[in-house]
Parts: sequence; C-alpha cells; structure tokens
Amino acid sequence: MTDLDLEVRDGVDRETIETVHAMSGTYKYGWSTEIEMDYAPKGVSEDIVRLISSKNEEPEWMLEWRLTAYRRWVQMEEPHWAMLHYPKIDYQDQYYYAKPKSMAVKPKSLDEVDPKILATYKKLGIPLKEQLILAGVEGAETMGERKVAVDAVFDSVSVGTTFKAELAKAGVIFCSISEAIKEHPELVKKYIGSVVPQSDNFFATLNSAVFSDGSFVYIPPGTRCPMELSTYFRINAENTGQFERTLIIADKGSYVSYLEGCTAPKRDTNQLHAAVVELVILEDAEVKYSTVQNWYPGDENGLGGIYNFVTKRADCRGDRAKVMWTQVETGSAITWKYPSCILRGDDSQGEFYSIAIANNAQQADTGTKMVHLGKRTKSRIVSKGISAGRAQNTYRGLVSMHPKATDSRNYTQCDSLLIGDKCGAHTVPYIEVKNNSSRVEHEATTSKVDEDQLFYCRSRGMDEEEAVALVVNGFCKEVLQALPMEFAMEAQSLVAISLEGSVG
Amino acid sequence: MLEINNLHVKLEEEDKIILRGVNLKIGAGEVHAIMGPNGSGKSTLSYVLSGRDGYEVTEGSAKLEGAELLEMEPEARAAAGLFLAFQYPVEIPGVGNMTFLRTAVNAQRKARGEAEISAGDFLKLVREKAKALQIDAEMLKRPVNVGFSGGEKKRNEILQMAMLEPKMCILDETDSGLDVDAMKLVAEGVNALRGAGRSFLVITHYQRLLDHIKPDFVHIMAAGRIIKTGGPELALEVENNGYADLLAEGV
Ligand SMILES: Nc1ncnc2c1ncn2[C@@H]1O[C@H](COP(=O)(O)OP(=O)(O)O)[C@@H](O)[C@H]1O
Ligand SMILES: [Mg+2]
Repeated sequence: MTDLDLEVRDGVDRETIETVHAMSGTYKYGWSTEIEMDYAPKGVSEDIVRLISSKNEEPEWMLEWRLTAYRRWVQMEEPHWAMLHYPKIDYQDQYYYAKPKSMAVKPKSLDEVDPKILATYKKLGIPLKEQLILAGVEGAETMGERKVAVDAVFDSVSVGTTFKAELAKAGVIFCSISEAIKEHPELVKKYIGSVVPQSDNFFATLNSAVFSDGSFVYIPPGTRCPMELSTYFRINAENTGQFERTLIIADKGSYVSYLEGCTAPKRDTNQLHAAVVELVILEDAEVKYSTVQNWYPGDENGLGGIYNFVTKRADCRGDRAKVMWTQVETGSAITWKYPSCILRGDDSQGEFYSIAIANNAQQADTGTKMVHLGKRTKSRIVSKGISAGRAQNTYRGLVSMHPKATDSRNYTQCDSLLIGDKCGAHTVPYIEVKNNSSRVEHEATTSKVDEDQLFYCRSRGMDEEEAVALVVNGFCKEVLQALPMEFAMEAQSLVAISLEGSVG
Repeated sequence: MLEINNLHVKLEEEDKIILRGVNLKIGAGEVHAIMGPNGSGKSTLSYVLSGRDGYEVTEGSAKLEGAELLEMEPEARAAAGLFLAFQYPVEIPGVGNMTFLRTAVNAQRKARGEAEISAGDFLKLVREKAKALQIDAEMLKRPVNVGFSGGEKKRNEILQMAMLEPKMCILDETDSGLDVDAMKLVAEGVNALRGAGRSFLVITHYQRLLDHIKPDFVHIMAAGRIIKTGGPELALEVENNGYADLLAEGV
C-alpha cells in the first residue's frame, strides 16, 4: 500500500464513525413514498403470470418459460432445512406486481420519470443523474474520476438506467431485463435459466414464474467495462413481493464490476423478496459482484421486515474464468442466501467474501457453494458472521471437488463474533472431495467481542458504540477491503448502524 | 490535579480485596513514581482510575481537578484528561493504528465540544510525533498492536499519549521489557510532554527509568496501600536493598 492509500482508507474509517453519529436513529431508509400504483390482483396463478408477461409486453417464448416454471412451482414445497424460524408464508396474500401509475407508458428518458420517484432515489443517495461520483473522502479526487452507471428498480419495474449511451459505445449492454427480453431476445433466450434453471429450488422457481424486472448486462469479448455498474432495488409498496431477476454475461476475456444495493420502508408486516441472479462467465473473463443488502430488518421485537430468499449463482463456464462475490448482509428479518460458484472451466476461480450481521430478532442463514468441476480450480471463502441481540446467524457452506477436478484447492475461513449472550452463531460446512489430488482447508473461529479491546478504545475517549463499531469493522476488514471504495464506506457505516443498541 | 482519598477496591466477582485505603495527592506539573512488589495493586489502581469493569469501589474517592472520576464512564475520564499507558497494550486486529489514533483524538475533541482535526493536520501531527519515537510509517499502518514487539507496543502507548495530550498521565510499567535504547526513547517521549502543568504517575520497578524521568515523589505500595513516601532517594534505596526492609518497616 502506498501512503496515499493509507490516508484514504483512514478517511474512510473516520467517515464511518461520523456517519453513524449523524444518523442517531435506527434504520435510515424506513420512510416510504406516497405514490399511485397499479397492482395486479393479490395472489399468484397462471393468470397473474400471464398478466405480468403481458404488462412487460413479452414474446410468447418468455411466457411459456414462465408458465413452465409456475406449473413446476405449484408442485414444490417450501424448503425448511435452514436454521430459520418464521410463520407460514401465505403466497396468496401478496401482490406480485406493483407499478407506479406514472410508469404506465415507459418513460423514454430519465427526464420523463415521475419527480416523486426521482426524489426517492435522491433521498436514498442514489445518483440517477449522469454525474461523476466522487467518493466523498479527502484524497479521493486523486484516485481519478469515477463513474457508476445505475439501473433503478422501484417495486416491480425498472425506472431508468444511466450512462446507457456511453456504455453502448463500448459495446456494453446495460438495461432492465424487461427491456432486454424485447431488445436482445437472442442473448436472453440463450442464457436465462442456464445457470439457475427454472426448477432449481422453490424460491427460484417462483421467481422464474413471476419476476417482473431486474437488470441485464452483456460485456462483449475482450472488453473491460468502462465504469462500475449497479442496480438499486427499492421496495416501496405495501404487501408486495419483489421478484427481480438479474442476468450478467461476461463474454470471453471481458471484465465487469457490478454493485447491488437494496432498501425498503419500515412496515409492520413482513414482505417477501425472492430474487435470482445468474452470472455467465466465459473464458478468461472476470466478474466482481458486490452486494450491500440493507432491506428493512424489522423492529427490535421482530415485527415486520423483509423475508429475503435469494438464489445467486455464477457459472465459470470457460477456462480461467473468475468470479468474486462480496456481500454485506445487514438487513432483512430473514436471510436465506448462498451465492455460489460453479467452477466448470479448467483453472477457473471463485471467491466469496461475506459479512453477515444479525441483530435484535434477525435470522440469517447464509454462505456459499463452491462446486469444483474443472481441473486446477481454486476457491476461497471468507465469512464473517456477527450476532447481537437475540439474533441467530448461520454460515452454511458446501465445498465439492468432483472426480475430474484434479489438483484443485479450496480455502475456507469462517469467523463468528458474538455480542452479548442471547445470540447464536452456527457453522455448517459440508465438504466432499472425490479425487486424491485436491486439497480443502477449513478454519473456523467463534469469539465474543473482547471486553479488553472495548475498554482500551474507551480509555482513549471513544464511547461504547464507537468502540464496538471500530472493533467489528476491524473484524470484517478483509471483506470490507474486497468492496469497491464507495461501497466500502457505506458498508462500514452500515455495520455500525446495524449494531446500534447491541451494547450497554 | 489528582487526589485519591482512602480508596478501597475489591474484585466484583470475588471477595478479594485489592486496594485497602490508598491516599495520593498529585499536584499540577508533578511527577510521582510508584514502586512496589508484584501483586501489590499498582495496576489495579491504574485500572480503577481509568474505569475498567470488574472492580468494585467500596470506599473512597478519586478526583481529577476536583471532578469525581469514579462516577464517570471511561471515555469521559479520557476526555477530562486522564490517560493510562497500559502495562499490557491490547491488540485490535483489522483496525489500523492511524485510524485508531484519529478516532480517539476526534472522539475526545468532540466530547469537549471542540472541532475535529482535519485529515491533513492530523497526518502532519502524527508523523511528527511518530518520528520522535522512531515509529515508522509501516507501524502506523499496521493494525493496533498486532504483531508489535514489546518495545513497539510501549512506544505506541507513548505515541497515543503524545497525540491525546492528556493532563494526567499514568504509565504502568512502560519500561518493563524494554532494552536501554527503547527505554531512553520512551523517557524522552515522556520528558517532551512535561511542563504545561501536566502531571505523571509512573509505575515502575526500576531506578533506571527514574534516572531519565526525575520524579518529585516516590511512593512504595504494598498489599494495597502506600506504605512509604519520599523523594527520589527512596527509589535508590529500593534499587539497592529491595523491598524487604521497607515492608518490614511498613507493618
Ligand atoms: N481481574 C482480576 N481477577 C483476579 N485477580 C486479580 C484481578 N485483578 C487483580 N487481581 C489480583 O489483585 C492483586 C493485585 O494485582 P495488580 O494490581 O495487577 O498488581 P501489580 O500491578 O502491583 O503487580 C494480585 O493478587 C492480582 O492477582
Ligand atoms: Mg502491574
């Protein structure tokens, strides 16, 4: 690291503490926007699936694809193997489609989007203007100009995508998936469901039937995406599930870094979020996918909050393909999420860096799967679980070395930190090695937040919450460092905010 | 500056009494040394003054510039100007030394209603102070005390002290485990901070530190009490004869 790096990093940490103090409340994004919506009738049925498809003006093949999924889904049962306890979900008591009335005719450009929606994103701090993003820390100017293109998804629809023209010049396609189905059917048809098949699991199958929108990315061969891409998901409507679907294709020798953020208003009822993310990574291509998941977690008694059931999977289809998942999971009442890597190409690599924080009554069951199919494939898992309040936090991971995946390696490090004595941390690693030349290493630790460390910080003048935030951010450092700069800052302050009230 | 009156302390979890009526008065700008056999309660005194959990004050008071320390949170004591250089500095993995310092400096400033230090000013200041203690840029980047040698940890404590500019500094065996050169650095660091009414309480076993940091008073602590107080010559007496005579006298 250069001296400059240090100063910037240092500024980042400082920023965190300030942000935390500035936000003396709890969940910062809990407000909602009053907006007129068009709803499909409550519940899910073939008719609803047809309605969603027709609202999106989809071709026939897409409708058939959805219906296949729906017919499959009605025969499936909700899985209950995760360490999660929640009341039975009534799938007929939700809206599956909610679209702002102002979006009835899709705006041609962001200037035409309802000012209320634009104001919502502004309040969330999401730039929907095509502007340079300065990281907001001293020294950041010197890192050069940075641009981030944003696709903004509001309830069931994408309201707009920035920097499309500039990206198109580089041959990059970045648009909503509903648009891609119409504009780039050959790509969507070829790749959708090729990583997470329609019948994959209960939640993914439901998503395949009713997904309303999401993001689509295609990076052509040999292209380094000229800016970071991001999608920002906002659930606003009440009793409405969000089912988005993201498909990213990195063609041979290409590179893209993609960020995903999510928030929702405070509501007393639980809301369902069942997303699917598919990454297709061809020969010598590389994808970095970072998530800061900050759905409403419910109140301190466990009332309300998002049920987050997400299927994310990357298929390293070509030789030397690389994927890196980084996730910071601080929100949601329930998190069920296992971003996975299929290491199919020889010498392909998968990495998973995760911070999962569960406070109050939150429950998180999250981890990854590393499926080694190709020769000399490598994977690395770094998981940091933090439990506070009465929360339960489970790491669940699978490392599988197939017979042909010779000379492959995995390294797993799984650390749990407990704050207080009413919470729980659980580690459930599954390891299967079916050849003799591969090696799997697993290290796990569980510790309590160290009183001596907290006292040391406090004796230097920090208050208890500042001390906890500092120590926990230190515990998470490896993962925070894997995030792009802006996200690292946001994540650090989130870590601190989501632990508010966990001490004292 | 610091006035400790009849301080009695036991462990919170057990019925073990550690301090049995400590009396100590330190004037502004004075340097006091405490010596005494292992286990006599020196570290306990420094922890209780700075507000560590696990101890129960059964009697007595400790005032810093007239304000009762024992009723304050540890961070409030720090903001009020108390500093303890730990006998065993604590490691904080993943937290850069600089980040830690800056967070601490600004937390105290905020508590006192002062403006935060700018990133630029902070860097300048920390580099200047670190240089005097021969702490290089590399050590400033590393996580707090993680993988530091004994000497590096102690110098790092003095760096924190220099950055925080406390009024009342307690040094708990900051010289233990240091070689002669490192000890000189620490002593120079302390001496650079002397003046401006700043007071010191130096806990040590060795005369050699007191050769560099001249104390105004030397106290001998045994079994939770200060049994004798004198001038610098008392430290020499301990150096030459050990504690045995003093202890016999004290009973
Ligand atoms: N947290 C604690 N738990 C148990 N015993 C303690 C604790 N703190 C101090 N003691 C005991 O109190 C006595 C004084 O210890 P200490 O203050 O560290 O002495 P000194 O610093 O003079 O060597 C010792 O007998 C020590 O074992
Ligand atoms: Mg001691």
